[in-house]
Amino acid sequence: MPDNLNPAVALSVSGLSFAISGTELIHPMDFKVKSGRRLVVLGPNGAGKSLLLRLCHGLLRPSSGQVHRNDRHLPGRRAHAMVFQTPVMLRRSVLDNVIHALASIGVPDAHIRNRAVEALNRFGLMGLAERPARLLSGGEQQRLAIARAWALRPDLLFLDEPTAALDPSATRLIEAMLADLHGEGVTLMMSTHDLGQARRLADDVLFLASGSLVEASEANQFFNHPQTGQARAFIAGDLVW
Amino acid sequence: MAALTLIVRLDPVFLGIVGLSLRVTLTAVCLAALIGLPLGALLAVSRFRGRLAMIVAINALMGLPPVVVGLVFFLLLSRSGPLGGFGLLFTPSAMIIAQASLVLPIVIALTRQTIEDLWAGYREYLQSIGMGAKQAIVTLLWDARFSLATALLAGFGRATAEVGAVLIVGGNIAGVTRMMTTAIALETSKGDLALALGLGMILVGITLLVNALAFGMSRIGVRHAG
Amino acid sequence: MLRWFGVLIGVLGLLSGQPVQAQERFITVASTTSTQDSGLFDHLLPLFTQKTGIQVRVVAQGTGQALDTARRGDADVVFVHAKAQEQKFVEEGFGLRRFAVMYNDFVLIGPASDPAKINGVKDIATALQTIAEKGSPFVSRGDRSGTHVAELALWKAVGIDPAKAQGNTQNWYREIGQGMGAALNTAMAMEAYVLSDRATWLSFKNKGTLQISVEGDARLFNQYGVMLVNPAKHPHVKAKDGQTFVNWLVSAEGQAAIGQYKIDGKQLFFANADQQGA
Repeated sequence: MPDNLNPAVALSVSGLSFAISGTELIHPMDFKVKSGRRLVVLGPNGAGKSLLLRLCHGLLRPSSGQVHRNDRHLPGRRAHAMVFQTPVMLRRSVLDNVIHALASIGVPDAHIRNRAVEALNRFGLMGLAERPARLLSGGEQQRLAIARAWALRPDLLFLDEPTAALDPSATRLIEAMLADLHGEGVTLMMSTHDLGQARRLADDVLFLASGSLVEASEANQFFNHPQTGQARAFIAGDLVW
Repeated sequence: MAALTLIVRLDPVFLGIVGLSLRVTLTAVCLAALIGLPLGALLAVSRFRGRLAMIVAINALMGLPPVVVGLVFFLLLSRSGPLGGFGLLFTPSAMIIAQASLVLPIVIALTRQTIEDLWAGYREYLQSIGMGAKQAIVTLLWDARFSLATALLAGFGRATAEVGAVLIVGGNIAGVTRMMTTAIALETSKGDLALALGLGMILVGITLLVNALAFGMSRIGVRHAG
Repeated sequence: MLRWFGVLIGVLGLLSGQPVQAQERFITVASTTSTQDSGLFDHLLPLFTQKTGIQVRVVAQGTGQALDTARRGDADVVFVHAKAQEQKFVEEGFGLRRFAVMYNDFVLIGPASDPAKINGVKDIATALQTIAEKGSPFVSRGDRSGTHVAELALWKAVGIDPAKAQGNTQNWYREIGQGMGAALNTAMAMEAYVLSDRATWLSFKNKGTLQISVEGDARLFNQYGVMLVNPAKHPHVKAKDGQTFVNWLVSAEGQAAIGQYKIDGKQLFFANADQQGA
């Protein structure tokens, strides 16, 4: 992985495409993710947002093109982490979930528990520490997922529609957590189909439809002066694909 | 009834037979677990050509007739056979090996199924935090421990109930390789139905206990970890 | 691959083995189900173990199977009752020498209903002929055991091949391929005749409606012999301890012990190691 990426760029993509069984689901695209900013990948369902995030994170291999990441995996931290739409909870307690993540990235044994407790305290989850994670509510689980990801000290955090299944009050809590992370300088790349959420959170926008990158611009620019007909239609609330 | 008298009186021959049966079967299950749990988990997370064929084969081996297993090991372990140098025929060790072979396919198949289901949910997350295959298997096995315990109990049930394999490789030697099932067969053929019935009742009792444990395990598992 | 597998088995075998028994001194004797089922070994073997400290592990099979086990080297001593087969065993070199030990006799067992009407007949040949003619159910062990071999010899002596003979009813001759106890159980269930050794009959606990139909004919005589497996053929055989057992069986002490075994006051086995031509 090229280590000579411009530090202002957390991730860049060139000629990226993805196909399964001959069907192209992500058409060739290029873009850059700027460090420290919040990039929202916006678009209707089926646009390919989830696929794009997984390609950027490395869970899927592109059919063509390249993803340039800053993979500075130092001991005890991961450069990137991901939070999924349905939180993946291990069959253990809340605290043990965080401990497991820290142990698996090679944090020295002596520090693991402290860092885990720190993560839970940071986001007000310490009260749930001994509860079986799977028995938490959806909102609590997602907050745990974010706290767990934060514990890994990532530079770049991917979030795949993190609040799609949550009610507004849970969503508000999640968005507050993300604001915290942003304040610490973590780069966020988040997908959503919720226009309002995109307005609230985005610094930059990638607008996807039917697997193509239709428009990429700074948030104000996108919402107030959309360049393409599809973007305009989407912002106006029409069905777009 | 004469059978109950034997149980209540704790007749030493009777106890010896029950004790040996438990020792042999428990050891066999432990052995099968040691080999089968990691193999089953590995099979669940790996992808390679012929994987499906292997899964089908192992599922089929679950129904391996015990007498056939007994015969195969008899030929292998006989002094005139390839592994005869170890002198294992007609010893409890031979019975343990034979029973472990019967239980192993069950452990592998059920482990694979359980772990595969769990892996489907965990895979992206574990890959996301950079976990290697070995670490992932440990995580999966630990998280699935209650379901896996049920699989082991199923294996125990099968081993406890079989008579063909242990009869052939053990020789049903009094005080040495006589287990509950082989003793029941022998005492029935001698017409000593009281002892046979007594052993039968213990056997059924153990089976019930094992099933109750399996049921309890799954309940505890759900309550404990969700 | 097989060798690695073998090492694994060996290691596992050692690990799971019983350290206590590994130190025990024992010999393996392949014998017949009739000797086991009659309870003779339960009486005899503790006496031997007490005297010599050698434990005797008996694998009870049919005579044919016992001899095969000895041929394969899976036993140290073989103790059966089929003289012709035992002599063949020695001729083949698997046994060094055959020793006569004891005899008991066979009895023809039948149901109380006595369908062939042969109860009390003294001549076994007549009895068998009648059974064949009438097609009364007859259970055979069919397992190459000493009893089975003796039964076949008796049929041959009256010129009947039971597998081919037809009676009034089809399939009156039923081979079950199992031991004496199982044969008696089956005979009782089917109301059939069956040839049994007296010892197993007397100690059988599920007689039901069965009884002795014919006994006492000289042709029902049943001789037991014992042989040490030849260490030249199987070097691992415990020749010394095995020979100790053989010697004890034919010694005055062993022979006396055999004669002492009784069920309901009746002696089952008659020691005759010193009988010429036994």
